[in-house]
Amino acid sequence: MTKVENNKAWWLVLPVFLIVAFSAIIPLMTVVNYSVQDIFDPYTRYFVGTEWFKQVMTDSRLHDALLRQFLFSFTILLIEIPLGIAVALMMPTKGRGASLSLILVAIPLLIPWNVVGTIWQIFGRADIGLFGAMMAKLGINYNYASEPLHAWLTVVLMDVWHWTPLVALLCYSGLRAIPEVYYQAARIDKASRWAVFRYIQLPKLTNVLIIGVLLRFMDSFMIYTEPFVLTGGGPGTSTTFLSQSLVQQAIGQFDLGPAAAFSLVYFLIILLVCWVFYTTIMHMQKDK
Amino acid sequence: MTVQMTSASTARPVVEKSDQHSSQPLAPQAPVVSHAEIKAKRAIWRGRIGMTIYLILLLMPIYWLLNMSFKTNTEILSGLSFFPQNFTLENYAKIFGDPTWYMGYVNSIIYVSMNMVISLLVALPAAYAFSRYKFVGDKHMFFWLLSNRMAPPAVFLLPFFQLYSSVGLFDTHIAVALAHCLFNVPLAVWILEGFMSGVPREIDETAYIDGYSFPKFFVRIFIPLIRSGIGVTAFFCFMFSWVELLLARTLTSVDAKPIGAIMTRTVSASGMDWGLLAAAGILTIIPGILVVYFVRNHVAKGFALGRV
Repeated sequence: MTKVENNKAWWLVLPVFLIVAFSAIIPLMTVVNYSVQDIFDPYTRYFVGTEWFKQVMTDSRLHDALLRQFLFSFTILLIEIPLGIAVALMMPTKGRGASLSLILVAIPLLIPWNVVGTIWQIFGRADIGLFGAMMAKLGINYNYASEPLHAWLTVVLMDVWHWTPLVALLCYSGLRAIPEVYYQAARIDKASRWAVFRYIQLPKLTNVLIIGVLLRFMDSFMIYTEPFVLTGGGPGTSTTFLSQSLVQQAIGQFDLGPAAAFSLVYFLIILLVCWVFYTTIMHMQKDK
Repeated sequence: MTVQMTSASTARPVVEKSDQHSSQPLAPQAPVVSHAEIKAKRAIWRGRIGMTIYLILLLMPIYWLLNMSFKTNTEILSGLSFFPQNFTLENYAKIFGDPTWYMGYVNSIIYVSMNMVISLLVALPAAYAFSRYKFVGDKHMFFWLLSNRMAPPAVFLLPFFQLYSSVGLFDTHIAVALAHCLFNVPLAVWILEGFMSGVPREIDETAYIDGYSFPKFFVRIFIPLIRSGIGVTAFFCFMFSWVELLLARTLTSVDAKPIGAIMTRTVSASGMDWGLLAAAGILTIIPGILVVYFVRNHVAKGFALGRV
């Protein structure tokens, strides 16, 4: 659609700008302010330059948390994206079954995140939870509160349970947009199921999948509430991800300077990864 | 699965036609057709079975919570069962009988609704501007808006606390509603822009020629045209505001405390009150189900963010 040049349109955007700026720019400036100062109390503060940034860059606890964070995000992306596509392909397209399965699939997305943590906290316990009890029946001494590996599995399983529906619904809406003619052509060519998927459905899903991967990466990179409720970051620090380290540092120890520097680095990492991913995909599409 | 499902009725003529062109003898024709049909039917059943299994796995943890909410604590701790042996509504009665409990739900609903209204009111004109006009810095503005969606809430925790305390909004519903605008307004603009771009420009122009002023056109003609888009946007705003707890908990202490923060009360010196916790959890799921029920017919389009 051709757009008309009109700078008066700014008036329409102004409310959005003001409201987002109030919640974004002022706090962000506060963070920047903290990150370059050493603050003892509201009246005594010193400019320290990049000292906090140096400290953050060399802090081994943060390196571990960052590594865990990347590992976690890539694990859940590897599981959720293919699973989400598979679910979207299986979802009924017409009739009452379609709207029923839409509603049911969407449910996990609408549960408050702390309740998601609670659900899995209960579900995974060997004494009162079905999943924990089943594992015990299978002869596995399953305990997410004391075994790092089990804690990891539970957190990943919880995230897959929680967020695969988002990928599935994105793909489902992408699939609905494919015109019936494409399928008819495939039928005339006697294309196999795989060929239909590979050459008709997957290309049409590219856009929603980009959104899906970006959303899932960002949100899993910011994950806080669910593992906090489920494992509290433990056992030890095995499920302490970036957000939790940050909250511990900022609220728990009240190390404002390093916490602020950490915040900025954290935000920049997300922006950077998203930007690299987005531009790579766009380049690949241009090449085609 | 879509292919086979819709093809069952039309597969026959297509296959026959192409067989006539081939030089193969006619004899194997019938088996070929039925083979394709069997394959299609099998694929449908595979899809149905797979979907059923997925839904069972999906609903099992929720069912377990529901099951637990109808049990007493003694029963929960004494062993596993798929149905409550001594069915009790005591846990729910406790929540509905105690204002410090049920006010948590009221608080959550108040700030979520406020957030929905604010987000829609500011996002509607902005989305219209983005979908219809070119203006200085429009692309930068759009990307800046979206980049806010990438800011971890944990980063803003302390600054938000200080900001809202200093303007005297701490522990009010509006504080949480405004804080949630950080991620909901950009999302609302994004979704609405997609829906609005689907409405042809000619409609705007015709209305202006007919003498409509911009506000009158926008309210009387344009908004009714993108009704479903507004519904879907409201759904997304509800969803992300309802599930967020970190900011909501930090910005409130008593008067606007969300239910998610109140739930932690079930941990006490005498151990966990599992039944009560489960009941409180179940009650937080219900509003979500109601909302998704209302927009069920538009959800598929909404998840494409209006851009299909």
